[in-house]
Amino acid sequence: MKKTENKSGKSGMQVMKKLMAFIGNYKIFLGLSIVLAAVTVILQLYIPILFGDAIDEVVAAHQVNFPEMWFYLKRIVFFTLVSALSAWIMNLINNRMTYRIVRDLRSQAIRHIQVLPLSYLDQHSSGDIVSRVIADTDILSDGLLLGFTQLFSGIVTIIVTLFFMFSKNVWITLLVICLTPLSFFVAKFISGRSFKMFQKQSETRGKQTALIDEMIGNQKVVKAFGYEEKASERFAEINKDLQKYSQQAVFYSSLTNPSTRFVNNVIYAGVALVGAFMIPGGALTVGGLSVLLSYANQYMKPFNDISSVITEMQNALACAGRIFALLEEKEESADPAGTIDTVTGNVTIDDVAFSYDKEKKLIENFNLDVQPGMRVAIVGPTGCGKTTFINLLMRFYDVDAGKVCIDGKPIDKLSRHALRSCFGMVLQDTWIKQGTVRDNISFGKPDATEEEIINAAKEAHSWEFIKRLPKGLDTVLSEDSISQGQKQLLCITRVMLCLPPMLILDEATSSIDTRTELQVQEAFDKLMQGRTSFVVAHRLSTIRNASLILVMKDGKIIEQGRHEELLEKKGFYYNLYNSQFQAS
Amino acid sequence: MKSLGVYLKHYKKESIIAPLFKLLEVVFDLLVPMVVAQIIDVGIAGNNRPYIVSRFGILVLMAAVGLCCSFTAQYFAAKASVGCATELRQAVFDHIQALSFTELDTIGTDTLITRLINDINQVQNGINMGLRLLLRSPFIVFGSVVMAFTVNVKCAIVFLVTVPILFVAVFGIMLVSIPLFKKVQAALDRVTGMTRENLNGVRVIRAFCREEQSVADFEKSNDELTRLNEFVGKISALLNPLTYVLINIAAVVLIWQAGLQVNIGSMQQGQVVALYNYMLQIIVELIKLASLIITLNKSVACAERVSGVLTVPTTMNYPAKGGAAKKVTGDAAVTFKNVSFTYAGAGAESLSDISFTAKRGQTIGIIGGTGSGKSTLVSLISRFYDATSGDVMVDGENVKNYTKEELCNKVGVVQQRAVLFKGSIRDNMKWGKEDATDAEIWEALTTAQAKEVVEGKQDQLDFMLEQNGKNLSGGQKQRLSIARALVKKPEILILDDSSSALDFATDAKLRKAVHNLEGNTTTFLVSQRIAGIRQADQILVLGNGTLEGNGTHDELMKTCEVYREIYFSQFPEERAAYNNESGVIA
Repeated sequence: MKKTENKSGKSGMQVMKKLMAFIGNYKIFLGLSIVLAAVTVILQLYIPILFGDAIDEVVAAHQVNFPEMWFYLKRIVFFTLVSALSAWIMNLINNRMTYRIVRDLRSQAIRHIQVLPLSYLDQHSSGDIVSRVIADTDILSDGLLLGFTQLFSGIVTIIVTLFFMFSKNVWITLLVICLTPLSFFVAKFISGRSFKMFQKQSETRGKQTALIDEMIGNQKVVKAFGYEEKASERFAEINKDLQKYSQQAVFYSSLTNPSTRFVNNVIYAGVALVGAFMIPGGALTVGGLSVLLSYANQYMKPFNDISSVITEMQNALACAGRIFALLEEKEESADPAGTIDTVTGNVTIDDVAFSYDKEKKLIENFNLDVQPGMRVAIVGPTGCGKTTFINLLMRFYDVDAGKVCIDGKPIDKLSRHALRSCFGMVLQDTWIKQGTVRDNISFGKPDATEEEIINAAKEAHSWEFIKRLPKGLDTVLSEDSISQGQKQLLCITRVMLCLPPMLILDEATSSIDTRTELQVQEAFDKLMQGRTSFVVAHRLSTIRNASLILVMKDGKIIEQGRHEELLEKKGFYYNLYNSQFQAS
Repeated sequence: MKSLGVYLKHYKKESIIAPLFKLLEVVFDLLVPMVVAQIIDVGIAGNNRPYIVSRFGILVLMAAVGLCCSFTAQYFAAKASVGCATELRQAVFDHIQALSFTELDTIGTDTLITRLINDINQVQNGINMGLRLLLRSPFIVFGSVVMAFTVNVKCAIVFLVTVPILFVAVFGIMLVSIPLFKKVQAALDRVTGMTRENLNGVRVIRAFCREEQSVADFEKSNDELTRLNEFVGKISALLNPLTYVLINIAAVVLIWQAGLQVNIGSMQQGQVVALYNYMLQIIVELIKLASLIITLNKSVACAERVSGVLTVPTTMNYPAKGGAAKKVTGDAAVTFKNVSFTYAGAGAESLSDISFTAKRGQTIGIIGGTGSGKSTLVSLISRFYDATSGDVMVDGENVKNYTKEELCNKVGVVQQRAVLFKGSIRDNMKWGKEDATDAEIWEALTTAQAKEVVEGKQDQLDFMLEQNGKNLSGGQKQRLSIARALVKKPEILILDDSSSALDFATDAKLRKAVHNLEGNTTTFLVSQRIAGIRQADQILVLGNGTLEGNGTHDELMKTCEVYREIYFSQFPEERAAYNNESGVIA
């Protein structure tokens, strides 16, 4: 991933090209937007000239040329309407273009996430990916697309302004051109100075945020140890630093506007002075001076706009790079078309090797033959890699060597859907989607009838609590509305409804209380009857009933056999098992 | 909101000076068109060059004085806003430290963190902008109208009509779009939520082959967001063109009127230019004001949320004077007398009428299903919560009579979720006892079976933990957090299901070591596993908040149905043996 990011950093042009390709359908919009921007800008700059002309018709008492003035004023109204209309249409087009491109990018990203290999998703925090899909696309649309039109209209503004100013008076225009960069330098000077303060401010703020996260995030521990005063002291220390840096940063950065305004005011006065000297000589009219005065103030604005637009665009390009890095991330290997009809539940693992990090060997020469209906328990200390086994069975990860077969068919010849439909899976991390209880239960079988759902819930012992929810099956679930144990029961119900031929259970019952667990296990026993199942469990009772136990340690399978056999071996399992009965 | 005013009061001087100087600056800004008008009407008309130069000098001087005023205003605004935010932040942080578990549960720590970081920053921003700009824009608009009146009353009427119309247009569009922006935000939150859901549930989605449906669901929300965005966009896209048309038409009317006035000799050409400039200033300021109000609106909402935190009172009060700790009577370490407890806002009791006595030096096991009240029960001993009715006594004294420090020193708690802090292992261990020696720390680590964990690190006790102990495994974290509680050698030690990530062997060793602790430590072991508590001197069996049984393992096997059921769920083959023994036919 780092490589792709570097690449995108190297050439913004490459990202730009990709983006242009993506804009595709909206190219007409983009073109139209540019044309309208030009029309709007030119008219908006031309109108002050007309005002100047109109004012020139108002010379003095009894010297007002009303017909001429009326002529200019009519034109002003007309051009105002045209320019406003074109500005409005431009806004609408820009809105539509940017929002739709964001929509397309997001929906493409979500589609892509469905086919990304799990190795990628496991290695990247979901927060990072979410920020690419949500925040980066927003910045991209704001920065790059709007930036593009702003950049364009900024350039048009400068050119047209200069043209009009020259047409009014060459010398004053030259004066303005020479002096205006001054305000630019002043702004640069100040922002250069305040940058350091900002850096210190954000550094300190980062420290403070970390402390807040730690202390408030774990406030109960802080209280349990009577650490409150110490925490307050530590916070006060950082807070004082932050005050110092923030005050400087806020103050210095707020000097930019008054300073550039001062420079502009001086230029304004200068234009007034020189203009006033020229009018009696006939080189300039009063209306012309008023035009030049208003231009003198406006002239600088596009420069400031352009510089901030460019920073924004660079930022947006970086974001685009991150989005494209996600979109171009290699998909999982192509999905074969193989199907499997009636699964008897025979699973063979033949000389399989696998590791997450290709430098560190994990599983090697792994062989296993599971007959239909067998119950395989996977045990071992925490972090021994029990989930790896599931990853391989479900083909969340591909094996490096050897093969895994179901009913004699190698799983990498089956379509992923065909393979995964063979298994019902309940993971340790309960996952509940936003939606109703019904949505969650019927997740694997959307066309399930009410009766089927209720039956499944009854069998998984979740019906008890579901019927007590405010709206029963139609209760909308949020993160905290039900307990961990209830979530787990829902996940079990989900599988119960699908009745797949094989099962994978990952410590599924660990957060259900033991009495409920007993009931759930009964249900599971029923479910597992005649079904090949793989159970990752801490509970020795589950393990003891298994037809085969795989003992894992450090990612390797170190022992396998039945409970009694393994006890007789007096190996690792023997110790593991006996420790449960040691005196406390 | 009112409670926040206090913090700004400390910066009264600054909060007055800042807008005052801002207004001064505005006065100079407002005078500029008048001076230019004089240049045109007096200087140019009379071809009076010295006059023109003097007016130029005045313009530059006004700009310079304006700059000084502005700097002064910015300085005091920065000082007031940052200072106020700093004090506010400290006050909120301190207030959170004083909140009890009940308030933490109801508010939620995530919310508190957002208040402390984002909301207070917004408040600071709002104060700063408000002090500098809130008065500026209305003053310029008002000032422009006043100046127009000084020039020509008939022309000023145009201003009088235009300003309210512009005002209605700008604020109308704003008022219509603000609630819509909230809707957009809600739609965006949904899309964000679904993205996260897709990532976190990727295994389940794939296992159930529901990729297509997930994409379809996402696209539905995504389309909804886009539709809303475009709708709001359509409305806010009106603002600039509409105001532009209004202001230009007003200017056209103004110049027509000015032409009439000049023609009859009641006004001069330079003054027309001045009026035109005032008109242009008005619209710029009105739009600035609108966007300022949006910012302030957000800040006020944030301020309200912050003040909401500050006004939450703590429900836990400790006696100011200590002393209860000294008089130790009897051999009862912990006594519950008809204790019931209901969580704030909960409908049902979590503990009902619990009574028991734990003698000093005993090991007490607590077992029961999830939600049966195990953790609740032990958290009453450390007085994380107060019993709703009944008495909780430690060493024969009601826990409410101990000062916070006294109780904290007596009771050591290891919570379910192991939490460690950024810093060295030594720093973390000292949470238990600030002046703990290395020897004491090692002793605690040994008991907690964490010695090998620390020895495995190159820097030993100086090994730096990352935030939340991210660079340790779950089991390692649990052992270190147990050691942290042991460092202070508490008289009462509570292990609240705190060894769940340990493998059986380590867990057993840990229990043995804790059992053999020197002194007369009373230990509470909360567990879901029978094996974890079966050796205890006394086992409390909880079911749905009531005490279902109390006794040793053997006693409970005979007398307590609930306990038996839990036992057999974990040791099924014992059921047959038991049934034979008790003569029940299986």
